[in-house]
Amino acid sequence: MDLQGKKVTLHDMSLRDGMHARRHQISIDEMVSVASGLDEAGMPLIEVTHGDGLGGASVNYGFPAHSDEEYLAAVVPKMKQAKISVLHVPGIGTLDHIRMADDHGASTIRIATHCTEADISEQHICMGRDLSMDTVGFLMMAHMVDEQQFLTQALLMESYGANCIYCTDSAGYMLPDEVTQKISTLRAGLQAETEIGFHGHHNLAMGVANSLAAIEAGANRIDGSVAGLGAGAGNTPLEVLCAVLHRMGAQDGVDLYKVMDVAEDLVVPMMDQPIRVDRDSLTLGYAGVYSSFLLFAKRAGEKYGISARDLLVELGRRGTVGGQEDMIEDLALTMSTEKS
Amino acid sequence: MAEKLKALIIGPGNIGTDLLMKAQRSDWIEPVWMVGVEQSEGIQRAQGMGVKTSITGVDGVLEHIAADDIRIAFDATSAYAHAEHARKLNALGVIMVDLTPAAIGPFCVPPVNLAEHSASLTMNVNMVTCGGQATIPMVHAVSRVQSVAYGEIVATVGSKSVGPGTRKNIDEFTRTTSTAVAEIGGAKEGKAIIIINPAEPPLIMRDTVHCLVDEEPDRDAITQSVHEMVAEVQKYVPGYRLVNGPVFDDKRVSTYLEVEGLGDFLPKYAGNLDIMTAAGLRTAEMLAEEVSNGRFALPDRA
Repeated sequence: MDLQGKKVTLHDMSLRDGMHARRHQISIDEMVSVASGLDEAGMPLIEVTHGDGLGGASVNYGFPAHSDEEYLAAVVPKMKQAKISVLHVPGIGTLDHIRMADDHGASTIRIATHCTEADISEQHICMGRDLSMDTVGFLMMAHMVDEQQFLTQALLMESYGANCIYCTDSAGYMLPDEVTQKISTLRAGLQAETEIGFHGHHNLAMGVANSLAAIEAGANRIDGSVAGLGAGAGNTPLEVLCAVLHRMGAQDGVDLYKVMDVAEDLVVPMMDQPIRVDRDSLTLGYAGVYSSFLLFAKRAGEKYGISARDLLVELGRRGTVGGQEDMIEDLALTMSTEKS
Repeated sequence: MAEKLKALIIGPGNIGTDLLMKAQRSDWIEPVWMVGVEQSEGIQRAQGMGVKTSITGVDGVLEHIAADDIRIAFDATSAYAHAEHARKLNALGVIMVDLTPAAIGPFCVPPVNLAEHSASLTMNVNMVTCGGQATIPMVHAVSRVQSVAYGEIVATVGSKSVGPGTRKNIDEFTRTTSTAVAEIGGAKEGKAIIIINPAEPPLIMRDTVHCLVDEEPDRDAITQSVHEMVAEVQKYVPGYRLVNGPVFDDKRVSTYLEVEGLGDFLPKYAGNLDIMTAAGLRTAEMLAEEVSNGRFALPDRA
């Protein structure tokens, strides 16, 4: 594989996807210190939002230690070169949240829908463009459709005004060949000036391999997370990807040693549990289940005496999509009634 | 039998068609017109069902309002379009039952506040959203027992049951439902989440309702209240079911629901259509009953 000279924009997820792994309890100090470390290391983009995006604060997903507004107000003014992005899921957040994020200096808005439901993103993508934000369409659970259906949805988001489209492997299910197919189909079908991104999860330990496949097939924005801090077995570990990219001669403009140090000195110590491929996160990747279900399934499993793995497999069988965390307790109750 | 009140339906999509099927069975309402903006499948369906059709929007029927004695208009289009429809039809003395999330008029969730509406009728009644119709009765079932600091609903609907209007208006859907969870449900603060799921076969509409109560929950009283409310909703949506709960976890009270429809227009999974159209029709029928027994006078017409 030849990635020599390819320009790659890395995008850190530890302070947004990492919120899932921290049950949305990252402190303001931790946010500022990690973001500042990444800024110093030359990371061009850093996402700061509740794990489930703007307005994610809820019983369903968890109430965060601080509001999106407080996090943004603390982090944005400290950035010397890095831009701050926010995630927004239509149906969870509203246009008011996007205005708030723009007011607080977020420069990238990523509008996320399930990979078949792009047409609910029109209002939000249009607003992002109207506010002159870098506006990204973020198609989640990309493994659930074939590449042609995926392209159809991407074209919708592009037609609303998204200047970048993401292939998002929310379940960490995809293997490199599928990434290649999806990204090259996007590259052939979208306008040349539309950027393409890839967001991986490491549930089958394919985060780095999938990211490389994505870059080779035409993606230039790659999500990862320092020390992998993210939902499930975490995101593509950014310091590892960065080291591999440097060996391959790709250009990401990031200082590898500084990113390593942020991972080791700042992010690992703030983990509640090791972020690794254990049997439950492996099940996510194997069964194709939304990564942020992991901790909910572990908790519900414990409370109702069901194995988290059985819960996750059943959630996959039922075709659950991102955001359906409420199904987990419901299903655990039903399974525990059936058992008794 | 009193004379039925004559009605028109704007929007020949999923909701409008389902409503037309239900209204044709009503003892109180007679659907006369289906209004669209173009020749479409929905317009053809309506013609097949024997109602008059317009394909030039609301403007195309304005001249027929008086002659056909149209008294009620159901708006099943979009929040964006509703304001204009309401302005034109209200001016002719037509009462609007708004099935979009425009929320110009007061909210109506029949098992919670239909009685209040019958006491003070207005020219525009808003039916919140399907998610609101399915969940607000449960928030109210808790808040009528003890005070609710925060109510949150999660509505998950099958992709095939969500038409283009709702998709374009997803933000209005979210905000209108949140507002009504507080205003009508009786929570001090409301939050709504909607999720669209494309699984095949399509999933039956499911709803989760979380209430955070101010004081220690009175489990017996809340459980009884929830069961009574489920029975109340079942009177007009027979497939409304409590799957699990109420579950009590400290001050959190959660109920898990499933809404199966009658299968009039879309198959039974689309309980979200039924609960909306059944509630809209129920509201219009109440109005007709009030007119019939002389408690409400329709606007004068020369």
